[in-house]
Amino acid sequence: MGLINKVKLNFSSMIKKIFNKRKARIGIYGPPNAGKTTLANRIIRDWTGDAMGAVSSVPHETRRARRREGVTIESNGSKVSLDIVDTPGLATKVDFHEFMSHGLEEDEAKRRAKEATEGIIEAVKWLDDLDGVILVMDSTEDPFTQVNVTVIGNMEARKLPLLIAANKIDLPESSPARIRSAFPQHTLIPISALDGHNIDSLYEEIAQHFG
Amino acid sequence: MDMISEDKLERMTPMEKVRMILDGVKKGKILVLEKGLTPKEEAKLIEMTMTEITPDDFAGIEIESYPTKSNQKLLDKLFRKPVIRTRLTVIGPANQLKTLRKDKDFISAIVSSR
Repeated sequence: MGLINKVKLNFSSMIKKIFNKRKARIGIYGPPNAGKTTLANRIIRDWTGDAMGAVSSVPHETRRARRREGVTIESNGSKVSLDIVDTPGLATKVDFHEFMSHGLEEDEAKRRAKEATEGIIEAVKWLDDLDGVILVMDSTEDPFTQVNVTVIGNMEARKLPLLIAANKIDLPESSPARIRSAFPQHTLIPISALDGHNIDSLYEEIAQHFG
Repeated sequence: MDMISEDKLERMTPMEKVRMILDGVKKGKILVLEKGLTPKEEAKLIEMTMTEITPDDFAGIEIESYPTKSNQKLLDKLFRKPVIRTRLTVIGPANQLKTLRKDKDFISAIVSSR
């Protein structure tokens, strides 16, 4: 990119800041069952009174990206208007036998697996059209999954803002510290999307990071 | 197991790398890439893997890699595109390669035959 274009970009972002025109398209990413839709539901419910989608303990419940426009979040004097995209859980493998172990019949499990693969493709394609990402990690699990590494790498390569939501801190075995030590270069907020614990800190960071 | 050198990877386009990996993994090979894939190539690999998954035949891949490193100097951050340093990566069929433990500098995995 030429110097003139860089100056133009910086000038444009300065103008946006000065006039407080803050709107961003944010993707909620993470592996299956990390709590992405639970978090999306909480954000939408808290700021619009509505809901985003169904949640389930069976992996890949969200198999199509869902988008909600114009969610305004206000915290500590900062205000940001977001288009929120709740994406299907990213994975490098989808085995229909896993769904059968959750009680699904074979045909249904195969159909779900097919839809899950399509959802993952959609989630990957959304990476090109976002202004930032909230990466939801299950803080009871090992944070060094390939999905986490790939999402973080893609955001860093694109120089886009990223927040890590260390979810499920309501569970006794959770360890947000393990995630913090794995990815110390990024802001991390321990939350429980389920019971709302520490969710105000997340809103504060969202308003600051994506505004 | 195929071990692919950094030099060979550098001569390949992203799509050639993804194709080589998927063709190898679908034949049951474990691939060791000396210098890994860029984040965008990893995303492309995930995307392409999903298009090739079939029930009872191919359930996907397992990837083991260390997190990438980018340039940290302030001047580089301000004026240059980030230089992403990719690192050693192991890729195999999901039903044959399983991660046991992984951190930023250590990967422990188990490989089984089909």
